[in-house]
Amino acid sequence: MEVLARVHAKNIVKWAADKPEVVVFSADLTSSSEADLFRDTYPDRFFSMGLTEQNMLSMAGGMAREGFTPFVHTFAVFLYRRALDQIAMSVAYPNVRVRLIGFLPGITTPGGATHQAIEDVAVMRTLPNMTVLSTGDATDVESVLDVAQAIDGPVYIRMLRGEIPRLFPASEPMVFNRARVLSRGTDIALLTEGICTEEALRAVKVLTAKGVSIEHLHVSTLKPFTDPQVVEAVSKAKYGVITMENHTVIGGLGSAVAEVMAENGVGRRLVRLGLQDTFAHGASKQYLMRELGIDAMALVWAVEGLLDTCFGITESDLSAVRLTAVHSDAKAEAL
Amino acid sequence: MASSASAVDWRQEAERVARGIRRRVLAHVLRNGGGYMSQACSSAEIFATLYTRILRIGPSEGPPVPAPFPGVPSATNKHYFTGAAYNGPRAPHLDRFYMSPAHYALVLYATLIETGRMAPEGLAHFNQDGASVEMIGAEHSPGMEVTTGSLGQGLSQAMGVALARKLKGETGRTWVFMSDGEFHEGQTWEAMQILTWHGLDRVGIYVDVNGQCCDGKMDDVLPLGDLAAKLTAFGARVVEVDGHDVEALAAAAEQEHEGRPLVVLCYTDPCRGLDLLRANAPKLHYLRFKSAEEKARYAEYLRRLEEEG
Repeated sequence: MEVLARVHAKNIVKWAADKPEVVVFSADLTSSSEADLFRDTYPDRFFSMGLTEQNMLSMAGGMAREGFTPFVHTFAVFLYRRALDQIAMSVAYPNVRVRLIGFLPGITTPGGATHQAIEDVAVMRTLPNMTVLSTGDATDVESVLDVAQAIDGPVYIRMLRGEIPRLFPASEPMVFNRARVLSRGTDIALLTEGICTEEALRAVKVLTAKGVSIEHLHVSTLKPFTDPQVVEAVSKAKYGVITMENHTVIGGLGSAVAEVMAENGVGRRLVRLGLQDTFAHGASKQYLMRELGIDAMALVWAVEGLLDTCFGITESDLSAVRLTAVHSDAKAEAL
Repeated sequence: MASSASAVDWRQEAERVARGIRRRVLAHVLRNGGGYMSQACSSAEIFATLYTRILRIGPSEGPPVPAPFPGVPSATNKHYFTGAAYNGPRAPHLDRFYMSPAHYALVLYATLIETGRMAPEGLAHFNQDGASVEMIGAEHSPGMEVTTGSLGQGLSQAMGVALARKLKGETGRTWVFMSDGEFHEGQTWEAMQILTWHGLDRVGIYVDVNGQCCDGKMDDVLPLGDLAAKLTAFGARVVEVDGHDVEALAAAAEQEHEGRPLVVLCYTDPCRGLDLLRANAPKLHYLRFKSAEEKARYAEYLRRLEEEG
């Protein structure tokens, strides 16, 4: 598997070259939010806002009204938690073209509860006019800006940084409101988002070899959530549906799928893997995924539960885990 | 607006508008059985001077009687409008005006009427179901173009506009009206730092320092201390004026402030021109008549004001 470093940092420089309306706001996390190459390349379009998130979000709303498209870069928690009123009233209400680039989704950081955006999708999904996107690999990261920029309103993006894998061909960009179908099947419908997709792929391979027929969708548009492929997948799943998200199970992908199933009268069991209404803490990604039940083994057990069977699969049967170093040249800090 | 043809001195015109604002707001509060009265008393001269002397804006392009509420902004609502048209056309050399404390909306509407930008009949829509003339104004309300009812967000939004105008090389100024209560908000101080750091010196702020907030006197709720010294320390060019002196209010806008934002602290009396109101101190935020006798006293006072003209 190809692993790339600082994908967004490089991509946004290339992408914004012919888009003079694109400006970047940063709240003192410029390298940590991979906006440093943009800053160095287009200093006239980069604005250092210091640690003034509330002001930064309202300013972005004001600037967007004048024809610019501010790309606001910081850690996700400092967007939707710290400046929610500003996002709601200065950005979402007027339906202006502001792009909120939220880094460190879920437990992708050992920074602990203060830095881990575990309920961002839930919060942002409830805001009228807001579109919510999530990235799961390098191809998603490279193509999410095009998807966002085509939307005539505010967009929130769960962005990955540092070393990230390329799971999907570079020639197959993210498509708005259309999940990627990673495998076809009729026993289980599996819907995953963000980093959970890479983790799920480790288990799907083994489960498929055991004869389980899995329809696996990688979801990158979390709002709107009207992709017809979702209804199709859950409707034909004989044993049930599993969602797997780097987020609390309340209000995120699992809830969105539950809503679609209920509204379409799809009577299937639904297992929501994710943070079970709990905060997390500072630890490595792999440790937290294991502890919180959003790793490949948790998925195996969920499938076994729905099938009421035991395959005897152990960790050693799964594809190797891709471990990332806490300290790496691809990140500005250990967070 | 003052014109040489009518040979009316601009000061007299500004003072006429200020009197008209107070009278019109009082009449409206009597009709509605309550309203934001003290805000009109404290800020009448500020709004009057802004609209007759300070703002470089063209004639209103809004309908004299405001259109009904167009629905909330959304991807599918193609009929949404803002109230900016009442502040004239947009042009690089013209000013913009943003009112931050949106509960001053009635004062703004009264100002638009007194300056010929809105028909008096427009006020009949105030706080009516399905109207754009909202009690706490939003961006579809006459004279407004951003949603600022959550205090502290108006300045930052106007700064975003000003930053965009700076990048485009526009010369017009961006004016913001604020209330002193907004200086309780952390966002305001974030904004002040960014204003000076990014050199947004085409931004000018008029603050109604009436010393009042919802719970009562700010000195009892949370004192601001030496606001002028604080703002100066944050890098602003601060001018302090008597907020009822139209000449001083107008002169403040002309003060040199290159490289720094201009903040005009307008010290005002929340009962100015309506001594009856003093009986309600320190609870002045919203006037609601407690008895028919009290209402009759205000009605009698309004009758006298209307006789005086």
